[in-house]
Amino acid sequence: MTTIAALPKRRRIKRGRIALHAFLITMSLIWIFPLVWAFFTAMRPLSDTIVHGYWSWPQTLNFQNFIDGWNNANLGYYYLNTLIVTVPAVLITLFLASLVAFALTRVRSRINLFLLMMFTAGNLLPPQVIIVPLYTIYNAIPIAKPFSDNGRLYDQYIGIILIHIVFQLGFCVFVLSNYMRTLPKELNEAALVDGASIFRTYRSIILPLCTPALAALGTLEFTFIYNDFFWALLLMFTGSKRPITAALNDLRGQFFTNENILAAAALMVAIPTIVVYIALQRQFIRGLTLGSTKG
Amino acid sequence: MPDPQVLGSAPAPGPTGAGVVTSGGRKGRYSILTRRDKIALGLMVGIPTALTTFFIWLPTFASILLSFTDYQGIGGITAKNVVGLKNYIFLFTEYTLFWPALIHNVLWLAFFILIATPLGILLAVLLDREIRGSRFYQNVFYFPVVLSLAVVGFIWELQYAPDGFIDSVLHLNTQANTIDFLGNRSLNIWAVLVAASWRHIGYIMVLYLAGLKSVDPTLREASAIDGASERQTFLRVIFPVMAPINVIIVVVTVIESLRAFDLAFIINQGTNGLELLSTLITNNSISEASLVGFGSSIAVVLLVISLIPIILYLSRVMRSTGE
Repeated sequence: MTTIAALPKRRRIKRGRIALHAFLITMSLIWIFPLVWAFFTAMRPLSDTIVHGYWSWPQTLNFQNFIDGWNNANLGYYYLNTLIVTVPAVLITLFLASLVAFALTRVRSRINLFLLMMFTAGNLLPPQVIIVPLYTIYNAIPIAKPFSDNGRLYDQYIGIILIHIVFQLGFCVFVLSNYMRTLPKELNEAALVDGASIFRTYRSIILPLCTPALAALGTLEFTFIYNDFFWALLLMFTGSKRPITAALNDLRGQFFTNENILAAAALMVAIPTIVVYIALQRQFIRGLTLGSTKG
Repeated sequence: MPDPQVLGSAPAPGPTGAGVVTSGGRKGRYSILTRRDKIALGLMVGIPTALTTFFIWLPTFASILLSFTDYQGIGGITAKNVVGLKNYIFLFTEYTLFWPALIHNVLWLAFFILIATPLGILLAVLLDREIRGSRFYQNVFYFPVVLSLAVVGFIWELQYAPDGFIDSVLHLNTQANTIDFLGNRSLNIWAVLVAASWRHIGYIMVLYLAGLKSVDPTLREASAIDGASERQTFLRVIFPVMAPINVIIVVVTVIESLRAFDLAFIINQGTNGLELLSTLITNNSISEASLVGFGSSIAVVLLVISLIPIILYLSRVMRSTGE
């Protein structure tokens, strides 16, 4: 009796499931397609696509465009530029943000909320709002020799690193202070009673407990800073010092007749972030959603 | 570009996450801190605060002041440079690119709010249920988010180019004219919006999924016992308790629309139908011309519009972190 009554409903659910999967599979195919097409284009020699067009059965498929792109466009060199900017920027951002978050969660005072708002709002501001005066400031501030070879912040690695730190601080402070609030307060007090200095408490007690949050944020920040195009474009003038995303745009001048090599170069630029995403996926998603679930 | 990141951070929705914070504040707690500790705390907050003030807030205020001048970036600014509202009057009445740019930004926002963001939410709701392969689908929809917009631009150019995928397919059976998706000035903004959505939808999906996961499961059970359908449960029960996340989603969407720059710049430097407030600022003040004063007035317009979502967001943060 019950089974008979349940039957139509189950069938309805089943049909619903099929429709759902059909929808999701269709969407997935649409989502993957642009990447597949880029890969397909990159695998074909230019001579083949010139004769037969891009929509044609491939005569040959090989990685020659990737090799040519790597060698002629000197991509390895631009990866290094990106590395010079990204690694210090991520580390210093996390360090400074953890200090602020620690201090803000340690001492409760009226000014905390104001500071938290100031950092957060700074991160939400469209960068184009500040770019014009920033450009002037970057040209005006004198910087000593070892850090800057032209005596300024403009057109320097240190200038790019600095703006990333400043801009990313807000997000990291927000996430880390949310995270630190979930740690038991007794930890702080116990350390104080034992006579540990405030820095010692930060260094030996709170920071180790924040490792999961720092790992998640580090993964996320690496991707953000690696992917930056805007700051590199406007604050780095010398083409040979630009990071790989901005260099990709410059490559267009060099290879404007060869879409196949450009596709290969674009895919190579994407590889590090895709690898990081696949390898550290959980960290990645956690970083994005850390604040939303309060650790 | 400073990415799609914005803030994935939201006060937790609904009953599960209410009233976080509140570290009990015994008065006089600070007295155990030594002088050195207080100095250390001051430095911990002070240095990053000084950096943010100097490199973000000082330029913001400088933008406002510069917008009342005709400064061109060379030499000092004197009283002679002050021109009052002249930049704004020129901007609103004579500068032919301003209104198209503003309309493109509004279009961007409308497209995101009406199509991309709801689609992201829909995917999140569908994938939140226990279905086979949910993880796989999530990864597929999310992967464009990890790509640089520079890469996204290049990948979609291969779709839109005259000899690219879309035109090739359109030509299979007909001798239709080639559609120049990126060169046609009334078409290219839509082409860019599709590419931008490819990335935005996955981002919204992840944020919303995290919100859905933190909803108290008993709410869903209760509503199922009461005989509500899945759709009713979402619209009447889940969506309302997700209010804090919904605000975040709206803020993220608005901010993303205002920040839009990279794709337009990569395709044609933000000209010929792809003008945006952001590209007008850089094109006037840094790239071709050095109309610092005039460019700043566009920056101020962008700032004023941006303050709406920023204040909305901060009032949220205050409410959940405040008391």
